[in-house]
Amino acid sequence: MSAAAPAPRIAFDRVSVRFATAHGPLQVVEDVSFTVADREFVSIIGPSGCGKTTMMNIVAGFVAPTAGSVTLDGKPVGGPGPERGVIFQEYGVFPWLTVEENIAFGLNLAANRMSAAEKREVVQRYMRLMGLADFARAYPKTLSGGMRQRLAIARAYAVRPQFLLMDEPFGALDAQTRSHMQDLLLEVLAAEGKTVMLITHSVEEAIYLSSKIIVVTARPSRIRSVIAVPFPYPRDESLHERPEFGELRSHIRDLVMKEYAAQQRQVSADPARRPG
Amino acid sequence: MRRTALILAPWLLLILLWYAVAYSGLVNPSLMPTPHQVALRMHELLGGRLPRDIWMSTQRVFLGVALGILLAVPVGFLLGWYREVRRFVDPLINFFRALPPIALIPLVVIYFGIGEPAKVIILFYAAFFAGVIVMYEGIAQISPIFVRVARTLGATDMEIFRKVIVPLTVPHILTALRVALGVAWATLVASELIAAQQGLGALIQNAGSFFQLDIIYVGIICIGFIALAMDLALRTASRRLVAWQDRIGA
Ligand SMILES: Nc1ncnc2c1ncn2[C@@H]1O[C@H](COP(=O)(O)OP(=O)(O)OP(=O)(O)O)[C@@H](O)[C@H]1O
Ligand SMILES: [Mg+2]
Repeated sequence: MSAAAPAPRIAFDRVSVRFATAHGPLQVVEDVSFTVADREFVSIIGPSGCGKTTMMNIVAGFVAPTAGSVTLDGKPVGGPGPERGVIFQEYGVFPWLTVEENIAFGLNLAANRMSAAEKREVVQRYMRLMGLADFARAYPKTLSGGMRQRLAIARAYAVRPQFLLMDEPFGALDAQTRSHMQDLLLEVLAAEGKTVMLITHSVEEAIYLSSKIIVVTARPSRIRSVIAVPFPYPRDESLHERPEFGELRSHIRDLVMKEYAAQQRQVSADPARRPG
Repeated sequence: MRRTALILAPWLLLILLWYAVAYSGLVNPSLMPTPHQVALRMHELLGGRLPRDIWMSTQRVFLGVALGILLAVPVGFLLGWYREVRRFVDPLINFFRALPPIALIPLVVIYFGIGEPAKVIILFYAAFFAGVIVMYEGIAQISPIFVRVARTLGATDMEIFRKVIVPLTVPHILTALRVALGVAWATLVASELIAAQQGLGALIQNAGSFFQLDIIYVGIICIGFIALAMDLALRTASRRLVAWQDRIGA
């Protein structure tokens, strides 16, 4: 990094993670270094079970690296905090709260105090944006998988975190809703300016949203390549039609397919280490 | 209409079966009172000792269950929440749970005498061990994801306890209460073996020593119906209180 570059907001420095499992130690992340600059959008793509969620959990403050360090604005990550909004792969919507209460949960905490009027306004806005307004009083048990996912997204957006850590946030959505959610995310970012780490299996999604894509290897996760996405923001759907988009997509897809194939071999060779 | 019929049908069937057995000649008639004999006796006793018996038994069951659950909730919570503690304490709990309360009666009498406390302690014992197991198995199954989500939204430990852990614990408390109530009613007769003068268990035992079979049946039916009514009431309350749950534990 040149001296003139601005300080990164998130920095992985030679990070390794190893878990103790019933079958002995399992190396999940190996010697990973990368940085995320302010307002940068970084996507991570890699095969299932390679260690992507683990990397995100380090930034979120739930997993400590076995070696190396992860810093946020130059300081090692402590515990979790509201400045880092996390959208978990398994959503984690609160089943005992209605849709609107779920979205309001973060706003009712001491850490994010706001006036009742403001709170109502924020909750209403995100319910509308996520297409959940008709279900304000419904409990999550009555929602579809895609609606729960949107609810988890709304709940995370509502507290306006500086960082967004998103673990396959659009995975359960149909193609139309997914593309709508992607555009919505771009709008929120344009308006609020966040620094984003996104985990996805979709190369198109990664290109469409990111300024930088990191392809990681089959477990243990190492960095295969870091690809800068050259398209300026704001972006819209027409980007998908550009020939450069197609070229970049095939290039990344090749890289990714090789790693997915490697993961397949790994899984069939060692059934005891099937990803959990 | 259909619903009522469906609810009543098994009971009518049971009564029919009872008549069939009583009139079949298979059983000595003096050993098998008919349903209407029992009904008559119940009517008679309702004007006599029965209300007092029901009151005494219900009071003992309530007290035993209240004390048992009061202890089972915090203990079950700790065991469910802290895996290491559970591994340590689990065998002990299962050891004590396996003991039939009736086997403890001699000890209870020696240590606590033959008054009200002795009876309530037997019920407390049964309620506690039934409740604590339901509690800690329920709590242990609470997914850690909810606590994680709350933390990433900025919740403090206190907020996590109040806004995440308490609501997730309520359904398990209600289930523990239901199970404990059931077990306590099932243990009632044993507890009233301890020199009880009043109570449904005492009624049954007295009747037993005088071969008053109809009274024995009255006692049994009362216990069954009171337990059933309480379970229904609790189930209805749970459905209201935890409407968010996918299903109420059967
Ligand atoms: N706390 C843990 N203890 C032991 N092993 C773990 C733990 N967390 C994750 N693992 C293992 O580490 C590996 C990587 O898990 P991780 O969840 O990071 O994968 P992933 O890349 O997010 O996969 P996916 O794309 O399927 O979500 C898996 O094999 C998983 O079983
Ligand atoms: Mg994952």
